[in-house]
Amino acid sequence: MDRRHFLGSLAALGLAGCGDQRLRAQAVYMLVDASGTYAREAHKAQLIVNYLLGSLQPGDSLAVARVRSRSFTEQDIVAKATFDARPSQANAQKRAFRDRVEAEFRILRGSAYTDITGALLQGALFLAETGAGTRTIVIFSDMQEELDRVTQRDFPIDLRNIRVVAVNVVKLGTDNIDPRRYLGRLQAWEKRVIDAGAADWRVINDLERLDRILAKS
Amino acid sequence: MSAQPWMVWPDNVALSALVLAAAAMVFLYAARKPMHELIRALGAALGGPLRLAARWLSAAAAEMSARNKAVLLAQGRQETGQRLEREFERLAAILDRDLQGYPALQRRLLDEITRIEEDYKKCGEVPPPPPDWTEAVAAVATVKGGGELVVRVLEEIRGSIERIHDKTVAEYRRAYESRHRILAGFLPFWRSVDRNLGQVEKNLADLRSSVETVDGHMARYEQIQAASDRAQHTLTVSAFTQFAIALLVMLVAAGGAFINFKLIALPMSEMVGAGDYLTANLRTSEVAALVIILVEASMGLFLLEAMRVTHLFPRIANLNERLRRRMVWIALVLLVALAGVEAALALMRDLLIADKQALLQSLAAQPPPAAESWLARIPTAGQMVLGFLLPFALAFVAIPLESLIHSSRAVGGALAVALMRAAALALRLAAAAARHASRVLVRLYDVAIVVPLALERSLRAHAARAEPGVERTRA
Repeated sequence: MDRRHFLGSLAALGLAGCGDQRLRAQAVYMLVDASGTYAREAHKAQLIVNYLLGSLQPGDSLAVARVRSRSFTEQDIVAKATFDARPSQANAQKRAFRDRVEAEFRILRGSAYTDITGALLQGALFLAETGAGTRTIVIFSDMQEELDRVTQRDFPIDLRNIRVVAVNVVKLGTDNIDPRRYLGRLQAWEKRVIDAGAADWRVINDLERLDRILAKS
Repeated sequence: MSAQPWMVWPDNVALSALVLAAAAMVFLYAARKPMHELIRALGAALGGPLRLAARWLSAAAAEMSARNKAVLLAQGRQETGQRLEREFERLAAILDRDLQGYPALQRRLLDEITRIEEDYKKCGEVPPPPPDWTEAVAAVATVKGGGELVVRVLEEIRGSIERIHDKTVAEYRRAYESRHRILAGFLPFWRSVDRNLGQVEKNLADLRSSVETVDGHMARYEQIQAASDRAQHTLTVSAFTQFAIALLVMLVAAGGAFINFKLIALPMSEMVGAGDYLTANLRTSEVAALVIILVEASMGLFLLEAMRVTHLFPRIANLNERLRRRMVWIALVLLVALAGVEAALALMRDLLIADKQALLQSLAAQPPPAAESWLARIPTAGQMVLGFLLPFALAFVAIPLESLIHSSRAVGGALAVALMRAAALALRLAAAAARHASRVLVRLYDVAIVVPLALERSLRAHAARAEPGVERTRA
């Protein structure tokens, strides 16, 4: 084996190693519903962000985005970071991330419509770009999608290899009148997400059990 | 009961079974001789190779035992020879040290004895006795008619005698005082002589003890030279003991290495990254920490090797003195540098943990902890000291490692011989079992065809009775 081949093999080995590193990493994309009255739940969203910051390891990625009237856009991403491999740097990044999200949530204003599908598509794109092995979308929402007449979202979406976790899915006033609406809404989303190829779907309403967000089934 | 294919009479199970049994019996009787031969042949075919394998294993065990003995005796010879050499060197050092001082000691003793003799002679000089006045006094006393003159003479004589007496007594006392002073001066000399003689006695006792040790080693060496079984047994027991002790120390060292690993694994992630993995569950930072510990152990190994404490690398042992000294210094400097790195890593570990804790507390919106007192600094200081000392402690692993390696040959050989002997015994037992099983099967076969055999015997007996001339044969 000549020198060029040897160096080539080393480079290939290095690239394989790097690829492998990313496969072990986790990436989480959190959607925070900013529509209507749900915007008042933002302080709970901050708790979840803090939990994720405390749980994610160096090398993992996290992004927090708002769900607004049309959310298939990078402009709705409040903060995003891939944490440094060095623990001290990662801790500093996490502090900055928390401050940024806190500041954004303080001035969060409700939107007229709720484009969950668009936000999911944006999240899937972000997660694909991270190249992380474990990809999770956390939806902090009542899962009530409302679109204006112009916005088109009734097409199949691709969520392959992505875990989708709905958190704090509060009951609406109409759900209390007819609980089937709430259950039907959750079932419809589950079907849509699973049909889109998602690896997992789970609902966590008890904020004491946030460990289930990152726990693999 | 439903009809089965084997039933000759589907309605009558018992009769069908009886007919089949009779038919089978006839068939088995007809095949008796070849079946017996077949069973015996199977027994022999099974038992023969097993016996052969057992014999081969026994022979191999004996050969290995002989080889083990030779290796063990060679090792023992070398070890005892080295120990004898060291004892002789020690003895020579003692003799050099003590005998070198003996002429001076002897001179000192002679001087002291001479002075004591001189002083003794001085003690022997006594003052002259007083003049012999008694005879003159007796002569004057016998003078007749001397009257007053005699009395005066006698009084004069008495006065003179008393003065002389006083003078003599005073001189006598002075002489005795001087002798007492001389005798008092003896004391330090006596003590010095006593001390010198005590030193001589102690030296001789040390010498005797060393000589006894040498005698013991010589006796052992002679036994090894004679390749006696007792020597082999002693060496085997010694090897097992050495192996067990070395293993125990290695386990303790492994515990130390684990603590060391825990100290530096986390801070190493600050250098090589926390998210890098070499294999499925092995982080690069953990491997890096492990490598540092192994490098420290290697440096310790080289250091002890260069100091000639261990003898694992003949290449290092054969280095010239200058190179060897350089190697000692290089290994020591590297070890100190690595120990310093470890102390720094231990400090970094503490800082990282504190930082992570502070982050988690701020994320959980908990109030920050109160200002740390000096007590909280103790674990940090302890970690740093531990991080600095553990590499040096690990360096000494080379000594039990050498013992483990050296004794493992003898221990492994003895265990292999024991295993081979056990396997040979098991094979021999299996061979005997196969042989006996074939005999039992032959008997069982005959039991199965007992009716035709009984018929055969009665027919033979009848035929023998009908023809008396024909010799009776056994069935």
